[in-house]
Amino acid sequence: MIPPHFDYEAPASVDAAIKLLGSNPDAKILAGGQSLIPLMRFRLASPAMLVDLTRIDGLSYVKEDNGWLKIGALTCEADLERSDVVASKYPLLADTARVVADPLVRNRATLGGNLAHADPANDHPATMLAYGAKIVVQGPKGERTIPVGEFFTGTFTTALDSKEILTEIQIPAAVKSSGGAYFKLERKVGDFATAAVAVQITLEGGKVTYAGIGLTNVGDMPIKATEAEKALMGNAPDEATIKKAADLAAAAAQPTADHRGTEAYKRSLVKTLTNRALHKAIERAKGGK
Amino acid sequence: MSKHHIKVTVNGTVHEADVEARLLLVHLLRENLNLTGTHIGCDTTSCGACTVLLDGKATKSCTVFAVQADGSEIMTVEGLATNGALHPIQEGFRESHGLQCGFCTPGMMMCSVALLAENPNPTEDEIRWGISGNLCRCTGYMNIVKSVQYAAQKMQEKA
Amino acid sequence: MTDKADVHGLGHPMKRKEDARFIQGKGNYIDDLKLPGMLYLDIVRSPYAHARIKAIRTEKALAIPGVLAVIDGKTLDGYKLAFMPTLSNDTQMVLPIDTVKHQAQEVCAVVATERYIAADGVEAVEVDYDPLPVVVDPHKALLPGATKVRDDKESNLIWHLEEGDKEGTDKAFNDAATRVEQDIYIPRIHVSSIETCGMVADWDAVNGHLTLHMTSQAPHVIRTVVALITGHLGLSEEKIRVISRDIGGGFGGKVPAYPGYIIAAAASVVTGHPIKWIEDRSENLQADSFGRDYHIKAAMAANKDGHITAIRMNVVADHGYADAAAQPSKFPAGLFNICTGSYDFKHAWMEVDGVYTNKPPGGIAYRCSFRVTEAVHAIERMADVMAHELGEDPAAFRMKNFIKKEQFPYKSALGWEYDSGDYHKALQLAMDMIGYDDLRKEQAEKRARGELMGIGISSFTEIVGAGPSKQFDIVGLKMFDSCEVRIHPTGKAIARFGTKSQGQGHETTYAQILAEELGLPAEHIQIEEGDTDTAPYGLGTYASRSTPTAGAAAAMAARKIREKATKIAAHLLEASEKDIVWEDYNFHVKGVPGKTVSMQDIAFAAYTNFPQGLEGGLEAVHYYDPPNLTYPFGSYICVVDIDRGTGEVKVRRFVAVDDCGVRINPMIVEGQIHGGLTMGFAPALMEEITYDEDGNIHGGTFMDYLLPTAMESPKWEVGETVTPSPHHPIGAKGVGESPTVGAPPAIANAVVDALWHLGVRNIDIPMTSAKVWEVLNSVGATLES
Repeated sequence: MIPPHFDYEAPASVDAAIKLLGSNPDAKILAGGQSLIPLMRFRLASPAMLVDLTRIDGLSYVKEDNGWLKIGALTCEADLERSDVVASKYPLLADTARVVADPLVRNRATLGGNLAHADPANDHPATMLAYGAKIVVQGPKGERTIPVGEFFTGTFTTALDSKEILTEIQIPAAVKSSGGAYFKLERKVGDFATAAVAVQITLEGGKVTYAGIGLTNVGDMPIKATEAEKALMGNAPDEATIKKAADLAAAAAQPTADHRGTEAYKRSLVKTLTNRALHKAIERAKGGK
Repeated sequence: MSKHHIKVTVNGTVHEADVEARLLLVHLLRENLNLTGTHIGCDTTSCGACTVLLDGKATKSCTVFAVQADGSEIMTVEGLATNGALHPIQEGFRESHGLQCGFCTPGMMMCSVALLAENPNPTEDEIRWGISGNLCRCTGYMNIVKSVQYAAQKMQEKA
Repeated sequence: MTDKADVHGLGHPMKRKEDARFIQGKGNYIDDLKLPGMLYLDIVRSPYAHARIKAIRTEKALAIPGVLAVIDGKTLDGYKLAFMPTLSNDTQMVLPIDTVKHQAQEVCAVVATERYIAADGVEAVEVDYDPLPVVVDPHKALLPGATKVRDDKESNLIWHLEEGDKEGTDKAFNDAATRVEQDIYIPRIHVSSIETCGMVADWDAVNGHLTLHMTSQAPHVIRTVVALITGHLGLSEEKIRVISRDIGGGFGGKVPAYPGYIIAAAASVVTGHPIKWIEDRSENLQADSFGRDYHIKAAMAANKDGHITAIRMNVVADHGYADAAAQPSKFPAGLFNICTGSYDFKHAWMEVDGVYTNKPPGGIAYRCSFRVTEAVHAIERMADVMAHELGEDPAAFRMKNFIKKEQFPYKSALGWEYDSGDYHKALQLAMDMIGYDDLRKEQAEKRARGELMGIGISSFTEIVGAGPSKQFDIVGLKMFDSCEVRIHPTGKAIARFGTKSQGQGHETTYAQILAEELGLPAEHIQIEEGDTDTAPYGLGTYASRSTPTAGAAAAMAARKIREKATKIAAHLLEASEKDIVWEDYNFHVKGVPGKTVSMQDIAFAAYTNFPQGLEGGLEAVHYYDPPNLTYPFGSYICVVDIDRGTGEVKVRRFVAVDDCGVRINPMIVEGQIHGGLTMGFAPALMEEITYDEDGNIHGGTFMDYLLPTAMESPKWEVGETVTPSPHHPIGAKGVGESPTVGAPPAIANAVVDALWHLGVRNIDIPMTSAKVWEVLNSVGATLES
């Protein structure tokens, strides 16, 4: 209930933050704090130093720029929910933002934090896999961009070096006839997913020309359902194709039995949710809501 | 451990304090500032009894360090009434029997105030969605919804 | 003259008087209390379910600046306080001498100058444990050779209870045309009031006086129990004061005396400082306030006309490592013997085995009315099982088998005399409100298309208002309750009660009873509860007993005042006492219009102009010994749709018709029903505490103990019938727990109803989507099948 002691720094710039991270091997980034502070209250995490990023200006934004939707890492979920451009052109992202935790947590929880914390139960990783996003990172050696497919490396582990800070997320700019959806089964509002599926597709001439499918909390990392994506590519998204993709997505899942359900249940959920998310994504690609 | 000097404006009054970095905002309010209207109901950021407005945003004050609120404006339940006149949300909870034991009530009201600021005429489903981060054990939520609807109507009448 | 319109007596939906402080954040909850020199107590808890304590090392903790002391069982044992009696005549540890018996059990306690330092101290205490074999399955615990949970007991069987007519029941089963049997498990759940338990213990060494500010639903009982267990230390009852001010929800979880309270009290005496102990939510979920954990084998017999002829219930009751159930002492299985329900039949037999396991002690909590939730779940599930087995509509089956209105007062096969009821009316109203016949048609159409829709009914009889002194006591204290009322010269009043509201609205409802009886506006009657120095003795608020007992006491005390007032009225009106009538909240001279005095006039006269020979003042106290319990009842109907893809159960509609007799404040009654329904819905679909075979809890935080939010909680539709209690002074019965009792079987019945045609007979609650999907999968009914 009560966190342990720690040194606290609130730098005003990314460079200053990077230096602080470098100064103490036991330093951790504090952004929204909605994952870290609960861990610290149970003393499951006891970093010697917290580097609070939230005083740094210019890391919270949502803008389309040069073929990409660029989102500052400190953009909170509630701001993603409120963003007109996200609501109108990036429905998969909008769907995802609105089911992270609960409305109060979403006022502080950040997109960057959700990705960097890399809890396999977090929602945005699967969505970023489905989008084929890029993660922009700054560190002592400067800036680099990591394709999201290389970003998640294990349970609670990413390609981020301990001295690096995730500063921006880039999603390919929405094209005509594209749509997406995030379907999450949770035991109640605020819970992690029993299973969730992120789908992003583009239709051209009645055929799928882009398919991205990401799976949440059915493995020790977020999963890109590559075979399922392939089954859609180049085909008309009819019932048989959707069913095939859903079957392949379920086959790609590596769920563990726990109190949310058995392996068989979670796998079946992936199939059902992929099916439903695909229907929704297609409907949106065709101009629906 | 060193202390941090912070300055927070709570319900319009500026307060300064020297606090440990680990001091949770809810404890700053309840212990240092003696504003005990904000309550603690859990230890996993689940219940929302600790909800306050932090720079206008409904926030679970148990999951923010007081040092993070340095320079911020906070409103708690004690700041809702102005010059002795109850805020419409307070009236609403009384008139619509939106509380029984009263423990979740301050958090519910603060969340509702933020909800109405953004959405002055919410539907029942929008209200239920908006308060889905606040747990109540006594009311079954029915009259909490009515209380918020009452306040929405009252505030639109005033506007 | 008092104007009727100002009184706001029975039936008036007046706004609550207590709300003013709560809506302004000025409630007085236990953690709001700060006393000068106050210290903080935090508790070290065992990670093991069963272990010997080899060593407790406190040096690191004591080295932390601000940590003042570490209290262990050996220290307390020096004061003979290491053990305490439970409310069920068992013993539990305050702090262990050498062995812990459940995960999260208190091991030792740290006293520090600040809350945060006390937490640091707890982290710094080092304990070496020697794990011992763990018993979590109560059935296995009863097998020969099972590890003994208690070193001071012969076996893991706490008690064995049998009730009813075994021979008659066996014969009825033998002769039956149809017999159905079902195993039903009702898992552990937790009250999870939003405020946890806590205390500020304040020892005044100068005056030898101990004040316990605490979250207690039964302050007087606690005071007496503390007096009994500290008598040997020189503390006596008049020097102990228990104060419960505002409590953030109780639901039965704040009745027992928990170890933390005793440790805090001892720490205050030892340090000479006030000591604050407030549980974290995790501690609360993992160590106290649980309910249920009943393994039931139920059976029902019916004759060839589809009339129930007998029921049989075999129960294994998992009590954890000590029987600490907070219930009347002569009823180890509470009022489970209400399991004959709302039906008229002659033979019933039940047996219950109470069993020890390595889990936290308790069992009575969560709005259960002393095991009535378990009993009603069993009988209402069996009614549905039998109806379906016979191919009869569950509503028609119930109508056929209900006790008829004319049969009340009704003596049940297990010995209760139900005071009043009209079950047919309530069920019919519920059916009309929900459009039952159309729903059955819709169900048939959907079923033909492979869609899963279910309709479930629960027609419950509750039993509350404990209780008559002949049968009811808690640790020997008879279960009367009390009201003391005093009217001031200006016609305002103050009344104190032996109960303790935790949100039920007593400051309003008691005022309304008194207003009705005294003709004084409810607004001007101040109500107090919870301070044992000033309140008359009572057994507290739980099991929906306040209105039936203390509410009755209020009416009786008021009538005593009216008796005296009649004399003063006669004096003021210069008439004979026998010519004075009380009508429309005023005293009149019979047959003489215009000769009227109000209670206000009487009050003033009681201090300024009372007849010679009469005592001045205007007050009365009444200790009400109820002649019987009361029997609220209702019919609930639930409609569910099951998602074949995900297993999710969606409650589409839920109609609740309740009959709690006369309703004091309809607004408050409705609020209680809404809240109780959500607390019935939650165990049916979401809430559960389980233990693995090492005794590790699952559901020990709100991450996994799932309380419904406003999104999950259904939109309740409520209706009412009113069948007054013939023996209660104002005809009221109590209502708080009815919805929590009645709702789970309505939902369970709906889900099973949706799946009966697929061969499904039972799904134990909680009917989570994962569990329902497994059932669908087993009968080939998932989307993929």
